[in-house]
Amino acid sequence: MWINGYSMSTNTSDIESLIGRRYEHGFVTDIETETVPPGLNEDVIRLISAKKEEPEWLLEWRLKAYQEWLKMSPPDWAHLGIEPIDYQAISYFAAPKSDKDRPQSLDEVDPKLLETYEKLGVPLHERARLAGVAVDAVFDSVSIGTTFKEELHKAGVIFCSFSEAVKDYPELVRQHLGSVVPARDNYFAALNSAVFSDGSFVFIPKGVRCPMELSTYFRINAAETGQFERTLIVAEDESYVSYLEGCTAPMRDENQLHAAVVELVAMEKAEIKYSTVQNWYPGDEEGRGGIYNFVTKRGDCRGDHSRISWTQVETGSAITWKYPSCILRGDHSSGEFYSVALTHQCQQADTGTKMIHLGKNTKSRIISKGISAGRGQNSYRGLVRVAKKAEGARNYTQCDSLLIGARCGAHTFPYIEVKNPTAQVEHEATTSRIAEDQLHYCRSRGLSEEDAVAMIVHGFCREVFKELPMEFAVEAKALLEVSLEGAVG
Amino acid sequence: MTELLRIENLHAEVNGKPILNGLSLTINAGEVHAIMGPNGAGKSTLGHVLSGRDGYEVTAGSVHFMGQDLLSMDIEERAVAGLFLAFQYPVEIPGVNNAYFLRTAVNAHRRARGEDELDAVSFMRQARTLMKELKMNEALIKRNVNEGFSGGEKKRNEVLQMRMLLPKVAILDETDSGLDIDALRCVADGVNALRSAERSFVVITHYQRLLDYIVPDYVHVLSAGKIVASGDKSMALELEAKGYAWLQEGDEAKAS
Repeated sequence: MWINGYSMSTNTSDIESLIGRRYEHGFVTDIETETVPPGLNEDVIRLISAKKEEPEWLLEWRLKAYQEWLKMSPPDWAHLGIEPIDYQAISYFAAPKSDKDRPQSLDEVDPKLLETYEKLGVPLHERARLAGVAVDAVFDSVSIGTTFKEELHKAGVIFCSFSEAVKDYPELVRQHLGSVVPARDNYFAALNSAVFSDGSFVFIPKGVRCPMELSTYFRINAAETGQFERTLIVAEDESYVSYLEGCTAPMRDENQLHAAVVELVAMEKAEIKYSTVQNWYPGDEEGRGGIYNFVTKRGDCRGDHSRISWTQVETGSAITWKYPSCILRGDHSSGEFYSVALTHQCQQADTGTKMIHLGKNTKSRIISKGISAGRGQNSYRGLVRVAKKAEGARNYTQCDSLLIGARCGAHTFPYIEVKNPTAQVEHEATTSRIAEDQLHYCRSRGLSEEDAVAMIVHGFCREVFKELPMEFAVEAKALLEVSLEGAVG
Repeated sequence: MTELLRIENLHAEVNGKPILNGLSLTINAGEVHAIMGPNGAGKSTLGHVLSGRDGYEVTAGSVHFMGQDLLSMDIEERAVAGLFLAFQYPVEIPGVNNAYFLRTAVNAHRRARGEDELDAVSFMRQARTLMKELKMNEALIKRNVNEGFSGGEKKRNEVLQMRMLLPKVAILDETDSGLDIDALRCVADGVNALRSAERSFVVITHYQRLLDYIVPDYVHVLSAGKIVASGDKSMALELEAKGYAWLQEGDEAKAS
């Protein structure tokens, strides 16, 4: 069924009961945090900057962003119902108390913190070593343990927390910060620019293939504390990096705002693969207390023949507002977006991508899979823009929605703007209910209803999962299983 | 003789429309029953009702499967207990690997019997051997379930599943439809290879042709939702020659 620009809801109900789901990672680690009192003004920004011992230029940058933010209003065009957010009720900085006494190795890390990672299935010390993954773990707003730094150092790769980068590589940061997502880009990006706490910084020098997958585990822990991550990845000419981002959060009642900014810069013939598995607290059955995930992610294919690929599996958060995008500036550059977004209970997602074709012979590919269950609302919103000078641009978009149950919704909002007659733009979209006959077929071969739903959903998502690094794909599959489990009977 | 399936006075409806109107049939171990009849007689409905499909509501009657009340069992319980339906129109499941699907099904059956799961290597060995017998393109096991399969390939895939799952009672719902003679033979050979004193088949078909290859012990004619005539193999030939009209006329004569 082809749905374009309007909504469709299901009206069969048997499968509804399949989607009850409990959040597995619902717990709060009791670590005293040093938190700035709620509220936002210039003094708070100065305080954040001072605590982080930032250079003057960065403070100025933050303050300028704050001034921009004050003039802006939150976007209202998304297909989302958002309760007004009281930005003065949010605390804009929190760090684990042991901040001043940074642990020098993982052995010195607060055992409670390590325990938290264990509960999340991230045994940092073992898993990182076994999997050959360098983990820059972000706990609350300050990075704590960074592994494999030395090995990366040998390869010339810089992988550190954003704060460290500001101290150790100020020129690189200054050169690229805000060059892809300007401070005034949008309401949430401006807010982030004013108050960003920490995040990751990656620099891959010319000709270097990063020897391992880089991975950051995010976690929101302090009550009433929004997280404002800032990530910057720069890949110099002919370099390659694969970056993984995964997150989960403890159960709580307060809404937690998360407004991250991720900027990617790919120079000539460079390739950046950015993968996300997002499993933040979605709220209770009535949608109370879930994370608001308002993220700006954008990659700039600055050099010719550069390539940026976004892969995301979004199963968490109460509200997701997220459009990882590519600016295809270099000739022959290519951008990809692979997405699985699952909404259930009262979750809402308005997610998609923007592919901006500026260079000649640029290519983009969009594969979006939306799954709606319970009362979940899932929107795909995608823009493909081909500029006047983008000779020979090509885009392929495939956008599929799967509805499970009677009360959910799937919506598709494709925007296509083509200003060059040589462009080739294809858009395919389907919306289907999880088919009763497929379920029956699986069950009549002995599969339980739950296994049958999981199998069909996995099949639906396969094109996206195969883009994920092996380990992440397993995690993503498990996540979907959690999302669909405990529901039968 | 061991009784495997006993259907008594079965009434069923779809969307409030009665389709089965007092069907009774008993199937013992080792027997092959053919069910024939005109379009709309309820042949496929019988298969769907027995497999437990949603939307097919039983309004009266009973079905016992190896002594158990079949109608109170879930779809998957019926399957692992040994009831198999080869679908007339096997569905495609995009993105789901055929081998993975079949191995999951085999292991669901094994678990239900308290057996160890079959590992991937032994599974593939068995599947490959059977596929060769069925003259099935080996690549099909690596494709997505039924996706892009031809009609004949889908039917062979159903028979492959049956061979791997080793049911007690297999219902073949118009498995012959849309098959050329070679494919028909392969499918029939696949069924015949499973014939044994412990296993029974219900072969639902429109055409006598299939019964040249799968020779039934009994032939039943279904009309207006119940069995109106039963006989041996020769009745199928008679039906082919005379058509179903005489039976329906007889029915009307009886009714008036």
